[in-house]
Amino acid sequence: MNSVLTQIQPSNPHSRLEGEDEFEQYTDSASWGSMAGFGNLNRTGGVMGMDVPRVSNPSAFLDMHTDNMSANPDAKIKIAHGTTTLAFRFKGGIIVAVDSRATAGSYIASGTVKKVIEINKFLLGTMAGGAADCQYWETYLGMQCRLYELRNKERISVAAASKILSNIVYQYKGMGLSMGTMVCGWDKTGPCIFYVDDDGQRLKGDLFSVGSGSTFAYGVLDQGYKWDLTDEEAQELGRRSIVAAGHRDAYSGNTCNLFHVKQEGWDFIGNYDINELWYEYENKKKADRESATAAPAAAASPIAVDQ
Amino acid sequence: MECSFGITGKDYVLLCSDMAAGRSIVRMKSDENKIKTLGPHLAMAYGGEPGDTNNFAEFVERNMRLYHIRNHYPLLPEAASAWVRRTLAESIRSKHPYAVNLLLAGYDTTTCKPHLYWIDYLGTKAVVPYAAHGMGVYVSLSTMDKWWFNDMNKREGVEVLKKCLDEVKKRLTVHFNFNCILIDKDGIHKINMDSEDPISEFEASQPKDIQVEVPNPPIDVGVTA
Repeated sequence: MNSVLTQIQPSNPHSRLEGEDEFEQYTDSASWGSMAGFGNLNRTGGVMGMDVPRVSNPSAFLDMHTDNMSANPDAKIKIAHGTTTLAFRFKGGIIVAVDSRATAGSYIASGTVKKVIEINKFLLGTMAGGAADCQYWETYLGMQCRLYELRNKERISVAAASKILSNIVYQYKGMGLSMGTMVCGWDKTGPCIFYVDDDGQRLKGDLFSVGSGSTFAYGVLDQGYKWDLTDEEAQELGRRSIVAAGHRDAYSGNTCNLFHVKQEGWDFIGNYDINELWYEYENKKKADRESATAAPAAAASPIAVDQ
Repeated sequence: MECSFGITGKDYVLLCSDMAAGRSIVRMKSDENKIKTLGPHLAMAYGGEPGDTNNFAEFVERNMRLYHIRNHYPLLPEAASAWVRRTLAESIRSKHPYAVNLLLAGYDTTTCKPHLYWIDYLGTKAVVPYAAHGMGVYVSLSTMDKWWFNDMNKREGVEVLKKCLDEVKKRLTVHFNFNCILIDKDGIHKINMDSEDPISEFEASQPKDIQVEVPNPPIDVGVTA
């Protein structure tokens, strides 16, 4: 009787019964492929838990084999990180600017990475730290936000969306997740930015920059930031800050992606080559300096005035 | 790099915490509130491992609220401190311990006495008249030792706290903004420590007769006229 029952009952793809054949659990279609990449969801859409290395201390194991937390730079698995991302709130909404370089160790793995993840029409997430972790969990966050909308007939607030993400990463705290992200969007309360990182920390604020180049971006951003920026000034400030970081930080660069979040949703402003921009800024600085020094000198010279 | 202080007086207790938040060498925020209100007469200042701190504080907050909803009266400071200590003591023996240090301050409305508890992540609880956590310990515990005395009035208490904050400004390499509250029989009040005379400002801002906000009042069972 029991054997008949076990034949009829669908096997749970994630049960880890003792003595179960190790390969048996991978034969279920839900464990691989057919879940659109969300392999840790069960059939009802619930999170079953991400697979972690089956050792007594998974975080120490991951530490040993990855260069995460720079504890072991010689590790075989180089996690793609090194980034500059920034977002700030101002009169006209939110500016989100990021670079597009992905590095694995000292190697530039890609120069055309999309580090802004479009969660939905009103929500953007930025990507710093492990690219895979950010991409996976922010896409997952997008699903949860859509489900919230369907259940409540109302768009999710930025605070609630960011809390879903921070609760997830807090569950996996100490297991080697690496992400520093800003969840930006416009809800009933207006424009809103939350910083969420792999510690499980979640901060609300007006101005954040995350990644290895964040200190350089802060340097330009803090000096140029005020609430009453016009849209054009704000976009320029975001772009200029990313260029500054792309110039100084070896792990940031290539191009800058710029987004503007407004009441009616986010807008993609453009993609800019950081190198070209840098020399543009340099030439402009030089030209401005020359015209500034030339003008008073000409005015001060009596001969120049006579002629 | 964080610090918090607690000082008891005659019929009140002061709680003060820095407002810095960040990651490694970068300060990302200098106006983060790290004092949590746990009830009409109970609050805590918390610090420690980022992520753990907020999660634990919200856990405590919700449980205090739950107790209040179930029983129609809040947990008294003494009992609350025992519950918090036990939660941390169980946590340190679990697989993923909370690394949170806190100062729990409350006003016992049944005995009209202020309470202050120093609690750390190991599950140590000390009943203290004044206390500090974090970097503040090294520079201003001695300040409090010298200037604190029994049954201080509000003005004297704020004076001592001001001395501590001045010492922090003078001797610590990092600069902090501070956030301060006072708990007395009327509930929890914000104190502006940047003002010249915080107590006068506080008294001026108080309405003449204060109603303590009871979020979940007891159900009236008696016959009303």
